[in-house]
Amino acid sequence: MAENLTHKENFFKGIIKDNPVFVMLLGMCPTLGVTSSAFNGLGMGVATLFVLLMSNIVVSLIKSQIPSKVRIPAFIIIIASFVTIVEMVLEAYIPFLFEQLGIFIPLIVVNCLILGRAEAFASKNNLLSSIVDALGMGIGFTIALTALGAVREILGSGSLFDFRFVSEDANTLLLFILPPGAFIALAYLSVLFNKISKTN
Amino acid sequence: MEYILILIAAVFVNNIVLSQFLGICPFLGVSSKVSTSVGMSGAVLFVMTIATTVTYLLHEYVLVPAGLNYLRTITFILVIAALVQMVEIILKKVSPPLYQALGVFLPLITTNCAVLGVAILALGLENSSLIKAVFFAISNSLGFALALIVFASIREQLELANIPEGMKGVPINLLVAGLLSLAFLGFTALV
Repeated sequence: MAENLTHKENFFKGIIKDNPVFVMLLGMCPTLGVTSSAFNGLGMGVATLFVLLMSNIVVSLIKSQIPSKVRIPAFIIIIASFVTIVEMVLEAYIPFLFEQLGIFIPLIVVNCLILGRAEAFASKNNLLSSIVDALGMGIGFTIALTALGAVREILGSGSLFDFRFVSEDANTLLLFILPPGAFIALAYLSVLFNKISKTN
Repeated sequence: MEYILILIAAVFVNNIVLSQFLGICPFLGVSSKVSTSVGMSGAVLFVMTIATTVTYLLHEYVLVPAGLNYLRTITFILVIAALVQMVEIILKKVSPPLYQALGVFLPLITTNCAVLGVAILALGLENSSLIKAVFFAISNSLGFALALIVFASIREQLELANIPEGMKGVPINLLVAGLLSLAFLGFTALV
């Protein structure tokens, strides 16, 4: 199926038609867990995008060398290596984000989105299409996380990317930065997303 | 007393699914029937306990003394993947009825972030010891089981409900999970 797509279609399918969060429901743990602010969502999205891109590149390059019986463990090692790189880089250069994302950074390893793309796409397609696929999926994931983070931050803390619209002591809907708010905000965002993607 | 606190905290206050957001994939994926959710919970209990035991020992006696802390993520995920395979093979030989009940869920557990998450969280416990880590894993898997089974029971009822077109499927499930999480928020002051 993928061979018939142009690169443009391949890129945009990750953002709209097969959006990893709203349509395929992949990577739900970080989606819900770190999106208490738009910045955290963006940070997680970019970290995942990097791991996804690198693992898709490596898997696509060495796909003919990996015996099919051990391909899943092999993919996991490739992914885990890049996650370790992300972990070390974040800890060294952006300690603030490292602290905020906490346990969800090592858990990028078990983000089903990344293993799913390695297995379903990169192990069957050439390098260029794999890169385009990773960029599309990664950007779709980042957009979804940033949007969810933005909605929760606006409703829950009355700010966006730490820019406040209301005074410090204003009553905001605290619920939205608490765990239940994540589920509820995502529920309504996916209703909205379904509506938009169907009318297109 | 300390152990009772760990248990209550893990099951109610910091429920692994509803307030820590670990293991959401199986939570949404295998919760359409109560019977499958019981099977999944059993498999998670089994794997999470064994995985935490092994990873804890590995971390204490191999990674830390050798100064290889940065290899934690890679080692843990490999150990969990290998363990799941091994458990599957052993169960098939030793206890076919248990394998029948849990077998289909085992491959799904490798990518269940709750297992890796608990293995990592167990390292950060205060005055951690092996017994405490194992107890922590058991408590968390009970918390997982509670959330999953309650959610599955609600979803069985939802099938009969009249739901607006746009809310069908994923959104209504997320909304139910949100309300459930809201209910669990009420336990916050317990510990």
